[in-house]
Amino acid sequence: MTDTAALPPGPAPQAVRRPRKPHPPAAPAKRVQFDRPLTPWLFVLPQLLVVAIFFYWPSVQAVNSSFYLEDPFGFGASFVGIDNYREALSSREYRTIAAFTAGFCALVTGLALGIGLLLAVKADKVIRGASAYKTALIAVYAIAPPVTGLIGMMFFDMHIGPFKDLAALFGHDLRVGIDYDDTALALVTVAVWKQIPYNFIFFLSGLQSVPVAVREAALLDARSGWRRFRDITLPLLAPTAFFLLVINITYSLFDTFAIIDVMVKDKPANNPMTLVYKVYLDGFKGNDIGGSSAQSVILMLVVAALTIVQFRLIERRVHYG
Amino acid sequence: MAGITFQGVGKTYAGNVNAVREVTLEVADGEFIVLVGPSGCGKSTLLRMVAGLEEITTGQISIDGRVVNRLDPADRDIAMVFQNYALYPHMSVRENMAYGLRNRRTPRDEIARRVDDAARMLELGPYLDRKPRALSGGQRQRVAMGRAIVRQPAAFLFDEPLSNLDAKLRVAMRGEIRRLQRRLGTTALYVTHDQLEAMTLADRLVVLNGGRVEQIGAPLELYHHPATTFVAGFIGAPAMNLLDARIEGGRVMLAGHDLGPARGPEGAVTLGIRAEDMHPAETGLPMAVDYVEELGSGRIVHGAIDGQPVALALAPGAALPAHLALHIAPEALHLFDTTSGKRLPDALPRPARTGVPA
Ligand SMILES: Nc1ncnc2c1ncn2[C@@H]1O[C@H](COP(=O)(O)OP(=O)(O)O)[C@@H](O)[C@H]1O
Ligand SMILES: [Mg+2]
Repeated sequence: MTDTAALPPGPAPQAVRRPRKPHPPAAPAKRVQFDRPLTPWLFVLPQLLVVAIFFYWPSVQAVNSSFYLEDPFGFGASFVGIDNYREALSSREYRTIAAFTAGFCALVTGLALGIGLLLAVKADKVIRGASAYKTALIAVYAIAPPVTGLIGMMFFDMHIGPFKDLAALFGHDLRVGIDYDDTALALVTVAVWKQIPYNFIFFLSGLQSVPVAVREAALLDARSGWRRFRDITLPLLAPTAFFLLVINITYSLFDTFAIIDVMVKDKPANNPMTLVYKVYLDGFKGNDIGGSSAQSVILMLVVAALTIVQFRLIERRVHYG
Repeated sequence: MAGITFQGVGKTYAGNVNAVREVTLEVADGEFIVLVGPSGCGKSTLLRMVAGLEEITTGQISIDGRVVNRLDPADRDIAMVFQNYALYPHMSVRENMAYGLRNRRTPRDEIARRVDDAARMLELGPYLDRKPRALSGGQRQRVAMGRAIVRQPAAFLFDEPLSNLDAKLRVAMRGEIRRLQRRLGTTALYVTHDQLEAMTLADRLVVLNGGRVEQIGAPLELYHHPATTFVAGFIGAPAMNLLDARIEGGRVMLAGHDLGPARGPEGAVTLGIRAEDMHPAETGLPMAVDYVEELGSGRIVHGAIDGQPVALALAPGAALPAHLALHIAPEALHLFDTTSGKRLPDALPRPARTGVPA
């Protein structure tokens, strides 16, 4: 509504501007005039309230308490300036976890996107039975994260896990939840496993929105299937891929919480974890509200920076049909 | 440049849909062939089998003497222009045209030369660095043409390339396609459901009906000697009038009037008369006038003879009575078998006629 309101009246603007995605043709936006200036605010109020209550207020709280050292029993807080930040950033443990988080994020995002794309490309070729294939993979995604974590945990279990037996075949003693590297492997595997179907669905629908005639034109222009994929399909898939990149980074940073929680719950000492889990651990288990707040503010800044980089650098190169 | 040969070509889609049956056709080098017929008659399927976008179920297609049935589309040495242009949306006009050449390892300067030549021919010079979405429909159509031209293929394949353009542009592009094809001398297969487009473009027309070839021939040959009632009713605007008549005593009888001699068997017959072959006269076949379409250069009078709908083409001007008497020259009659729809031999020799049909 806002961008058409500025344009002069007439039928032209909507007809000339093509929709960003090729498939759903944009319905012409309606222009609505409000008699009272307050009315529009009334409509957005619920949304603003949600954002304020669940985002701005806790954020301000977090920033505020990150400058205080709180009594573990809640009897008072003393102002300590940036001590909480200094302490977090200089802690060797914090840096190790930050490094693990970066690696974990890159690995999970890369693998989940790569495998999702590969499966989608293969599925796209199988025209018949496509819906059964899709349903099977959506079903996996429908399983809630803790359950996925549990199933993953079961696979990697010390006593009943089939992966332990599998590793044993290769002479490796797999000890998830005890050995740092083994746990890291299990975390990455389960996190990727859970995210693949989501990526698959989006990639598949992206592939299917590439016009048939464009593919056929490419078929006449290039003999090599790989070239057609690289030169035609992939660029047309870029908007989907960019969207998924943002989603997957956010996922690997935040939504893997439940998986980590299930896997390392009772024995966090020598196990890998992400920064988000560390915030939770220090704040709710360690009752160090100040330190935990400082960490979450750092995390917020990192995510903000990442988002800006993504949109500035990558989106500029993405071609929207 | 090369000829294309179809030998008993057929296509059966999944679910036993026989889209194309037993098509045999010899296309000469440099010829402009138009495949025409109503929607769903198998034109696109036939064209796409030449391109390699559709498997050939039965028969054989050869391009330049080489059987292409099992050949990859990119190896068939053909270029295709699609109905919705199928340009690569993320590539500039220049890249769109160059892509097929780059993949064929054409030298860089050769690509540049061909793209520039095509751009000049199609007046696309100012748009070479634009993306397709920044072009008008007509310009996109030209880019699609350019993409085909730069390839310098053995044959051009067109699948209704003008049907997304407005009427005026369509006429202009029609002329341009014909001119380009003449100039380049490249064999062309052109699919359309528009009989006027077909008539104006083709060296030879192939009329398809239900996947079968109904008739092959030059536009005027089909116009003046339709082999079946289907062709008679499809070619020409307005289409040929088809009326139920009888042959009695070696004469064609309609509404009690004797229209001339006939060689067909006695009994029911389908009589074909072109709209411009009926002329108002003092006495003759009575026609009740229903309504008149004024075209400026002429007029089409719609009405009925013996209760059967007919269209009559007249010069503009003169006022029309509600009832007309029509005179029809005996050699202007077309007779068809009522059941099979096949043409019956002409009773009188037909004078050779020239001139572009309406
Ligand atoms: N992929 C397909 N699968 C099944 N039937 C098809 C397919 N494509 C076309 N047909 C059928 O084949 C017939 C001819 O189609 P087509 O060649 O597209 O006709 P035209 O181009 O003359 O309109 C139609 O009856 C159509 O429904
Ligand atoms: Mg078609």
